[in-house]
Order: sequence, then C-alpha cells, then structure tokens
Amino acid sequence: MSSPKQMPPEYYQQLEEIQMVDFAIVELNLYLDTHPDDYEAIKQFNSLTYESRKLKKNFEKQFGPLMHFGRSYSQYPWQWDDQPWPWQV
Amino acid sequence: MWYYEKKLQYPVKVRQCNPRLAKYLIEQYGGADGELSAALRYLNQRYTIPGKVIGLLNDIGTEEFAHLEMIATMIYKLTKDATPEQLEEAGIAPHYVNHEKSLFYHNSAGNPWTAAYIQSKGDPIADIYEDIAAEEKARATYQWIINLSDDPDLNDSLRFLREREIVHSQRFREAAQLLIEERDKKIIF
Amino acid sequence: MSNTYTKYYYPYISPFDPCKPIIRKSYPTPPQMYLGFQPPNLPQFEIKEALYRGTLWPALYSKYDKKDYRGEYDE
Ligand SMILES: [Fe+2]
Repeated sequence: MSSPKQMPPEYYQQLEEIQMVDFAIVELNLYLDTHPDDYEAIKQFNSLTYESRKLKKNFEKQFGPLMHFGRSYSQYPWQWDDQPWPWQV
Repeated sequence: MWYYEKKLQYPVKVRQCNPRLAKYLIEQYGGADGELSAALRYLNQRYTIPGKVIGLLNDIGTEEFAHLEMIATMIYKLTKDATPEQLEEAGIAPHYVNHEKSLFYHNSAGNPWTAAYIQSKGDPIADIYEDIAAEEKARATYQWIINLSDDPDLNDSLRFLREREIVHSQRFREAAQLLIEERDKKIIF
Repeated sequence: MSNTYTKYYYPYISPFDPCKPIIRKSYPTPPQMYLGFQPPNLPQFEIKEALYRGTLWPALYSKYDKKDYRGEYDE
C-alpha cells in the first residue's frame, strides 16, 4: 500500500492565511478578557472572525473539514478522519 | 466542551533529522514548566477564581494545548524516521526501550509528569502570581532550548512560543491588577 | 520612556576558576516588566506579520537571539 498523497502548495498557503487571521483573533480575545470595554478591539475581533469564517469555508471545500462534532460539513465518504493530521504535514 | 481544529496554531518546520533536540524539547512537553503543566494549571484554577478573570484562565489554558501540540509535532518530526542507532547517539535510547518513538509525558531527564508540578491554592492572588511565575519559567526554558538548538526553522517556532509566554505573563499581570481593584468592572456609574 | 530589555552584571572572578571567565553576564527583562496595564489603541503589526512575531503589538514584542558561548545577549 502506498502512503497518502502529499498536499499541494495551495494547502500550505491557505492554511497559513487562516493561521494569520486566527492568531490575531487569539491575541484580541486574550486582550479583551482583561479589557472588556474596548469597543474598537471588539469591532476588530468581530471583523476578523468574519474573515476567518470565509477563509475556512473556502479551505474546507478543497481540503475537507477543519473541525469535527458538527462544526464543519462532510462530503461522501466521511472526510474527517482523512490524513494528513496537523503534525504530519 | 472543546472542539478540535485540524490545524496547528503556528506552522512548525524542522530542517534536520536531529533527535538530540527532541530530548531537550520533551522538557516543554512533560516537564514542570511545560505546556501540559500550563494547560492543566490554568484550566483547573478557573473553577474557583473570581468571575472577572475566569475567561482569561479558560482561554490561556486552551491556547496552551495548542502549544503542547506544536511541541509534540516538533518531537514527532525530529524522531519519525530516525534509526535506533541515531536515537542511541542522541542519548534517547532509555526513552526508546520503554516507549519506542511514542511520545510520553516526562521531562528532559526522564522524570514522569506529576501534578506536584502545579498548584491551586484557592487564593486568587496566590494563584495568579503562580501563573505569572509559570509563564516566566516557561519563557526561560524556551531561551535555554534555543541556546542549545542549531536548527533555524525549529528556533523560529520556539521564538513564537517564547513570545506567547510574554503575552500570557502580561495578561496575568493585568488579571492581578483587576483582582486588587475596588470596583467590580461591571458596575460603572 | 525608554526601557532596556537586557540587564548586565559582573560576577566575582577567582584566580582559581577553571573555565575561562565570563566577565559580563546578562539576562533579559522583556517588555511585560514595564508595560503596566496595556493602554487601548496601541499600534499593531500587520495581521500577516503578527503571527511571525508571536504578538499583535510591537509594545509586547521581544526579540531573542541565541546567546553566544560567552554567555552574552545581543542588545
Ligand atoms: Fe503560556
């Protein structure tokens, strides 16, 4: 049996874009945990969250679900357990 | 509950097959000031801390699991295709005889992870200051690993993790400030 | 306001120290020691750059370079 096929460059590139946006979201989230009244930061948090959803929808169409337990849709056959996992790529 | 997302928080790249570095990195996997300790410490303390800092403990604790996964990825990649001879040369034959190449929660010297590494006093000030100290100790550990590592790609990821400890420390310092303030932040006249 | 993020000290050197002495030792004192409660609207890195800096805010960014064998940090 041969090993699962390698991911194309677009996989890495789109994943990196998601990592960038999601990282800024994590940073703002922790900041807002101690600065709950910063209106501008909440606005930025919400707009990046919107951006992240868009990027992930597009990514998942090509490379399968990013999340389990009903947070992402699956095509047939069941895609969630497809390799590679994050530590393998 | 938690959801898993099929991505790392930060892209982890390893340039050379160098199992010796795995021996050092395991300190941040199952060591006293490692990512497992951090995650379990904060997520456990959150139940009995005042409401205004629960969210922060919850969220930093969650981020620590993403860091644990990054460390695991580094160790996995550094050892994946190494021969037993290479592992022996790198000084991790003692790990190999017990665990083959599987990961395990122990530190760089082989001591298994223990709950004695972490604390929860139920005193909010004691707990938050423990957390600040934990972040500074984790930052220091990353510094010493970077000093020993000559893999530029790996060092890039380790610098990211070191910087995260700085931001976490900053937030915990702010939490300490919130805890000593007279007014509950929700009551604003 | 300008803080330095490295501090130096000079350990005692005995004529009987076996290794070549490190005359000046240093340790990092990164920005979280000085920032206080983070003020709102601090300048930010570009979203793309923030990931590779490990923080969204230059005020919290701390560079770390490998120590050389003499135990010194770059300033
Ligand atoms: Fe941390």
